[in-house]
Amino acid sequence: MSTSLLTTDARTKKRNAAEARFKAYGLGAIIVAMFALVILLTSVLGNGLSSFKQTFIALEVELPEDKLDKSGVRDLAVMSKVTTIGYAPILRNALLATLAEQGIETELSNKEISNMISKEAAATVRNRVLGNPDLVGQTVRFDVLASGRIDGFFKGRVTMESAALDNNTSPEALEIAQALADAGIMQTKFNWNFFVWPDASDQRPEAAGIGVAILGSLYMMLVVLCLALPIGVASSIYLEEFAPKNRWTDIIEVNISNLAAVPSIVFGILGLAIFINFMEFNQSSPLVGGLVLTLMTLPTIIISTRAALKSVPPSIRDAALGVGASKMQSVFHHVLPLAAPGILTGTIIGLAQALGETAPLLLIGMVAFVREYPAAFTPESGLFGEASTALPVQVYNWTQRADPGFVERASGAIITLLVFLLIMNAVAIYLRRRFERRW
Amino acid sequence: MEDMIQMDRTMSTQQDIKIEAKGVQVYYADNHAIKDVDVNIADKTVTAFIGPSGCGKSTFLRCLNRMNDTIDICRVEGKILLDGEDIYDPKVDPVQLRAKVGMVFQKPNPFPKSIYDNVAYGPKIHGLARNKADLDEIVEQSLRKAALWNEVKDRLNAPGTGMSGGQQQRLCIARAIATAPEVLLMDEPCSALDPIATAQVEELIDELRQSFSVVIVTHSMQQAARVSQKTAFFHLGNLVEFDDTDKIFTNPQDPRTESYISGRIG
Ligand SMILES: Nc1ncnc2c1ncn2[C@@H]1O[C@H](COP(=O)(O)OP(=O)(O)OP(=O)(O)O)[C@@H](O)[C@H]1O
Ligand SMILES: [Mg+2]
Repeated sequence: MSTSLLTTDARTKKRNAAEARFKAYGLGAIIVAMFALVILLTSVLGNGLSSFKQTFIALEVELPEDKLDKSGVRDLAVMSKVTTIGYAPILRNALLATLAEQGIETELSNKEISNMISKEAAATVRNRVLGNPDLVGQTVRFDVLASGRIDGFFKGRVTMESAALDNNTSPEALEIAQALADAGIMQTKFNWNFFVWPDASDQRPEAAGIGVAILGSLYMMLVVLCLALPIGVASSIYLEEFAPKNRWTDIIEVNISNLAAVPSIVFGILGLAIFINFMEFNQSSPLVGGLVLTLMTLPTIIISTRAALKSVPPSIRDAALGVGASKMQSVFHHVLPLAAPGILTGTIIGLAQALGETAPLLLIGMVAFVREYPAAFTPESGLFGEASTALPVQVYNWTQRADPGFVERASGAIITLLVFLLIMNAVAIYLRRRFERRW
Repeated sequence: MEDMIQMDRTMSTQQDIKIEAKGVQVYYADNHAIKDVDVNIADKTVTAFIGPSGCGKSTFLRCLNRMNDTIDICRVEGKILLDGEDIYDPKVDPVQLRAKVGMVFQKPNPFPKSIYDNVAYGPKIHGLARNKADLDEIVEQSLRKAALWNEVKDRLNAPGTGMSGGQQQRLCIARAIATAPEVLLMDEPCSALDPIATAQVEELIDELRQSFSVVIVTHSMQQAARVSQKTAFFHLGNLVEFDDTDKIFTNPQDPRTESYISGRIG
């Protein structure tokens, strides 16, 4: 008896049910993943977005000649004898003057007033004065950093209750800060310097930036790109297109796959042993960091390049050989262009991995506190020779610090890192689309 | 056997021999794919290879321009002479050989580049054109010979992979003849083509015969009968019979040949 097409039989029903179940599992998995992503992003953004803003105090600072220039003839040698300790009272006086001008009463001690201003501010003013000695004797307007506690108050991190228990600030200081903010003298605004400034010491989170870390990361990416891409692509081409298929190439292949799975910290130990102890490169220099990351990235690039080369149909190679092209011509004229999108994607993903890598860099000493921009490309420091830090290491470093102001900055650095990764992945996708060709 | 050798001799006195294969053995690892094949391919003739699937036609064809070199497990023994020179001599660079012995593959495989670049590639790497005008001329002539010019002359910059299967195959033929080979090997060139395109390609093969020696592998008896002057019948790696096409199809000497062309084996 033949069955009607209009009624589904038991077998079909079972099949359809299995399919529906599978779709539900898939959907469920995606929902869980998205949920995790949303939680991650909200937590990072919630903690870190505030690091892009900073509280500044607009002060009219009187720069008295008798304190700052004992020589009276703007002799830099004499002027630089006045340290930041000499500048601190000048700033305090400027703040007191501003308070008086605004009619804000205060019973705070001098020390407490000083504590409202960042310790970095004195250095900022000193540098300006030494850079332009003519300023001495004038009254100059400075936008100086407020201290981390005051800044935290405007970002909600510091409250009256917490301030009451805090040695570095007090509820009265916060009230004054509020009054100054109401008067428009204290402002929390976008702080481009976060991306420019180097790290700062434990007492001044408000002055810490990721400038050196970004630069260090960029140097390292440059080293990785310049070494890993050519070496990786050349070795994959050789292995895939030229090398005979025998036991040796099999062994090499297995080893490369194993290398890709080696924990990154092992590469750090290797780098420490080879580049620092044996070859005696500078510790924590971007060159060593880049070399270690190159070792780590190479297997990724080789594997993806080989996959890209393998996916080029053999008929293209036959076609090229058939018209009398040499092996090399067939590879470089036909196979490589077709494999390029895959190679680029693999390279960018490898770079992105390297950009976010922390463990091996800790081992080669990149966790050191770096206050100065590394001088790269100069003969004195050697190429890439000076100590630097890197974005993920900076994040690690900041999360280890006591002052809660650094937590915010660590999240800010994470956001920056994520943005870089996002950009790199977007570039990878764009290149893939742009160069992908049908055959 | 004695007869055949006798016949070959008389043949070779009549026509120039372009390729002479002597005692060719081909092994894929342990698989003996071609067993002691002797064949003489004459200049300016079309030679057809026929035989059941897997009998080694493609393998033997690929020996003639050393495309088998690209297969690691493949081993070729015996002698193959092109104009009296052993092409498996260690001094021979297969790249130079392949410029002389062109090949069209069973599956159309144009480069994923423009139509123009597909045809111009061979002449470019062999330095056949002195300037752009020369190259343009070669491209046009090759496309004309491949009966493709009229269809593509307005879109030479369009991708070669964007054409129909039959057009792609004719493009591959144009690409092969652009390098001005002396021998053209074609492995089932019409298996992807409709009857009209097939007729065009056959006409082309007939024309090519004026200037080259053509070897064609085909599964169609009619095609072999239509285009070729000589036919070789392969069976299980052996060359069973090699003779004038007329003779093979009207008066085969070997019972295996007879049963194949009458459709009993294969
Ligand atoms: N690349 C290869 N590796 C191993 N064995 C191969 C390879 N190519 C062909 N062979 C073997 O060689 C024998 C002859 O194959 P070949 O491709 O020459 O047959 P053919 O006559 O062209 O068949 P068809 O008409 O189906 O194309 C077959 O037994 C096949 O299995
Ligand atoms: Mg075949």
